[in-house]
Amino acid sequence: MSSTRVLKSEWTKIKSVASTPWTLLLAMVFTIGLGMLISYFATSDFDKLDAKDKLTFDATAISFAGMSLGQLAMIVFGVLVVANEYSTGMIRTSLAAVPQRGKFLFSKVAVATALALVVGMVTAFATFFLGQSMMGDHKVSLGDDGVLRAVIGGGLYMTLVAVFSMGVASILRSPMLSLGILMPLFFLVSPILGSVSATKKVARYLPDQAGQKVMQVVKPFDDDTPYGPWGGLAIMIAWVVVALGVGYLLLKKRDA
Amino acid sequence: MIEAVGLTKRYGAKTAVYNLSFQVRPGAVTGFLGPNGSGKSTTMRMILGLDNPTAGHVTIAGHPYRKLPNAPRQVGALLDAKAVHGGRHARNHLLCLAQLSGIPARRVDEVLGVVGLQDVAKKRSKGFSLGMGQRLGIAAALLGDPQVLLFDEPVNGLDPEGILWVRNLMKALAAEGRTVFVSSHLMSEMALTADHLIVIGRGQLLADMSVRDFISANSADFARVRTPDTEPAAREKLSAALTEAGGHVLPEADGALRVTGLALPRISDLAHDSDVRLWELSPHQASLEEAYMRMTQGAVDYRSTIDQKAGLQQQLPPPQAQFQAPVPGQGQPGWYAPPPPQQGGQPFGMPQGAPVQPGAPVQPGAPAPQGAPVHNPYAQPADVPAAPVAAPPAPTAAPPAAPAPAAAPDLTKSENNENGAAR
Repeated sequence: MSSTRVLKSEWTKIKSVASTPWTLLLAMVFTIGLGMLISYFATSDFDKLDAKDKLTFDATAISFAGMSLGQLAMIVFGVLVVANEYSTGMIRTSLAAVPQRGKFLFSKVAVATALALVVGMVTAFATFFLGQSMMGDHKVSLGDDGVLRAVIGGGLYMTLVAVFSMGVASILRSPMLSLGILMPLFFLVSPILGSVSATKKVARYLPDQAGQKVMQVVKPFDDDTPYGPWGGLAIMIAWVVVALGVGYLLLKKRDA
Repeated sequence: MIEAVGLTKRYGAKTAVYNLSFQVRPGAVTGFLGPNGSGKSTTMRMILGLDNPTAGHVTIAGHPYRKLPNAPRQVGALLDAKAVHGGRHARNHLLCLAQLSGIPARRVDEVLGVVGLQDVAKKRSKGFSLGMGQRLGIAAALLGDPQVLLFDEPVNGLDPEGILWVRNLMKALAAEGRTVFVSSHLMSEMALTADHLIVIGRGQLLADMSVRDFISANSADFARVRTPDTEPAAREKLSAALTEAGGHVLPEADGALRVTGLALPRISDLAHDSDVRLWELSPHQASLEEAYMRMTQGAVDYRSTIDQKAGLQQQLPPPQAQFQAPVPGQGQPGWYAPPPPQQGGQPFGMPQGAPVQPGAPVQPGAPAPQGAPVHNPYAQPADVPAAPVAAPPAPTAAPPAAPAPAAAPDLTKSENNENGAAR
């Protein structure tokens, strides 16, 4: 059975459920909307900032602030794409049709990743331009140093969040369990660990903190992060690879 | 051709399938029978390479399923009618399966027509009934025009028209030379559909034979003899006479006698000689269902117990001896032996009002249906409907299965009644 058939089938699957447009639309709306809002308020408060903060004012990163919420929708998208097969029992029909389980999993992930990449990139560029439009005198342009990298990185970050979620969902199989672990991890655990000085050094190797580094254009003063923007993204990719790899090995070994 | 050799599957300490070897041949419908939890679905999943056997192996056309070239074009399966994404249209569900094996979209519309779902093709399968789900699952199995077809409980939830359709479909598929393997827990359905039977219980093979052989090996002819209900003594008398003449007599739950080993004319003669009138003398053949139950009764995992309704029942004075005397089925040997009646109490609603005041006349035989067999869950449903019939004609008489909440007010009511009677 050729891979193109499996890809085609997975494309039919992904576009024929309502959760796909909904989660992806929410990811866009949250990221762009919240980004514009925060951009607006950050700019209007600029004059109240002290000199140090004024110097490290990162217009690009601020316009991506909405991603903290938008990534949750990407998590839901990634989890549902994989875990729905298990929660509905469709997995047995699918695996009976594609006995090569690696081909099944990676075709599914490839199709969903491609879709997430398109949505992620569109969102990143839209949120950048719309966010900058709120910033008046403080706005930066794509041509400025590091800005284009940050915007493309933002799109990649959103995509990788979705793929990481697919990997976790393929390990855990249950949508509820996967969401119950991923949501708090990205929304609570990571920010909390990151704000406590004792755990800060560990927390920055978590997928979201490492991956978000790519969206930073201006370094904070006391920044001692041992990796750069692309290094951070590489750390996140490592998480994704491990999650998918474990998911694949389990799928191969486990009873469906 | 499906071939299983020494197939064994363990889940931790529980052995779901043990040392199962069988062949499913092309050109015939092979029924796969067993009680719930006997390992039918596990076996089906192992055939499809979804579960890995702990030991042994199973092949289709000589290959393990996962090594089968273009498996969806060779094997079609319906495992679980509910195993579809509820938010997806029926047509899209089939389309994504068709695309996997390079089947054109045209074929999707064809099979939708074959199973009669063309009108709901664009409806989400969430709203489908179980029967429609079964049809969708059968459509998915037919999609690749495969030579080997597996159906796990395909008639569950189908209407009579649908059951007939599935039956004819299986037969037609087999007549075209395909291998058709159908699981069911309904012997009666398999007797009509299948040519060959594989029966398992507790994961082990109980029988592997043609339906005809199964019938002749497992069903016995017997005569049903009924003496006048009003003369219990005549019944005992005839019973003794028949036993003496070499017959084997088993009392049945409704008061009739089941006689084996004697021809009908001989039974008539014996009754005449012992001066016993007969209300019924009829020839019977034990149904296949019974034969199947007898075979699997030792292997039933999920057995119902009698609902004691502890705390929901009212203690009644012990019934008078005369009610208990004609207890049919007591001490019967064999699988359908009902236990001694347990007269701990009566279901709700029954003891109310005047009709059942202690000492009031009660129809003879009324306690009998209460002695529903404990040993055999299958025999129970046949007896249960008898209970309301036997219940005194109290206006509030409810079937024994009356839900507890509805019963609560009855309790107070009956107390009131008793108080009233005491005064």
